[in-house]
Amino acid sequence: MKKSMKGMNWFLIIIVIVLAVLPLLLNKGSEFSGADGVAEETIQEIVPSYAPWFQPLLEPPGGETESLLFAVQAAIGAGMIGYVIGFFKGRSLRKDK
Amino acid sequence: MILSQETCRKCFARNPRGWKGVYLASLLSIFFLLEKGVFFMERERVMKKQKGITFILLVSGFCLYLWVNDPQSAYAMHIMEGFLPLGWALFWWIIFLPFFILGLRSLIKITKNHPELKLLLGLAGAFTFVLSALKIPSVTGSSSHPTGTGLGTILFGPLVMSVLGSLVLLFQALLVAHGGITTLGANAFSMAVVGPFVAYGVYRSLVKSGVGQRWSVFSAATLANLTTYVVTSVQLALAFPAEAGGILASFLKFAGIFAVTQIPLAISEGLLTLLVINWLHTYNSQDLEKLMYKKKEVL
Repeated sequence: MKKSMKGMNWFLIIIVIVLAVLPLLLNKGSEFSGADGVAEETIQEIVPSYAPWFQPLLEPPGGETESLLFAVQAAIGAGMIGYVIGFFKGRSLRKDK
Repeated sequence: MILSQETCRKCFARNPRGWKGVYLASLLSIFFLLEKGVFFMERERVMKKQKGITFILLVSGFCLYLWVNDPQSAYAMHIMEGFLPLGWALFWWIIFLPFFILGLRSLIKITKNHPELKLLLGLAGAFTFVLSALKIPSVTGSSSHPTGTGLGTILFGPLVMSVLGSLVLLFQALLVAHGGITTLGANAFSMAVVGPFVAYGVYRSLVKSGVGQRWSVFSAATLANLTTYVVTSVQLALAFPAEAGGILASFLKFAGIFAVTQIPLAISEGLLTLLVINWLHTYNSQDLEKLMYKKKEVL
């Protein structure tokens, strides 16, 4: 890998982390909720009579299970990305030899 | 420069919280470094004057952003299960389906003619999968998540993402109760159809007009994310027009708040997409070039 490219990649990662962490410092009082509830509230505010006519087929029993499922989702995706990039890297190294 | 300094002073005056100043300052330095350092590889292509203007625009953009925003709750990107009236839910399903079918066709064509690209397809799918699981905190005091559709679009064109993106949405609707089956048509239309098409348009036109490849990738992914959320609020506004002011008033209500939440996330998404493209450049430039420069031949 070219040196300049490597530096750039680290830089990109650092900016992403900064963008995610700074809001936590900025808004200390907030819970950073996913805000699905707020969308519901706003709909109810605009059309008070509206009631959802369909319920989710399966709903995670609680926050813990939900975060587990999200973690599983991220883990599967990240594993796949790691595999593919690693595969490409190995292949390109072998070609170089 | 004078203009932006003045604007910044105003922001500091408006925001009594010290942290906002810190946030602003770090964003400014980030963008300064971004201008100077990260995109140095394309330095010769961009004229100096243009660079100055971009920088001022970025600075004033962020000043405006911090000036406008206050901790508020935002809306999630996906419309919750049952929260679109039946007519609208069906309407968006019908609009979305043709794209899905075309996408499926293009996906089958790619895997048949170029089985060596399957891994890259997996990468594009995995990227959306990870990014839409990451609920990242934003300045407004609520969380939202990136869409990750830009990468696949840049590699394979917009149609493929209509399949990959809706698979991710289906997973989330079924298992995590995030979004829903009835609203899947609407959610898939915004995330897996409009977002990718915007990314594709932006990417192609920027590359054509001589903007460096990195800026094009970054802008395409960022704008795809933002557009997705705009479309979601249009969908909500159409289904729930406000009594006073109608569709426009409700659109502003739905869009106004989350647009601000979404900006840093959109930027993060653009940067992460660029990161993966950089990796591919280094480790698999062969496939990447085949896809990015001779798209019509391959697909």
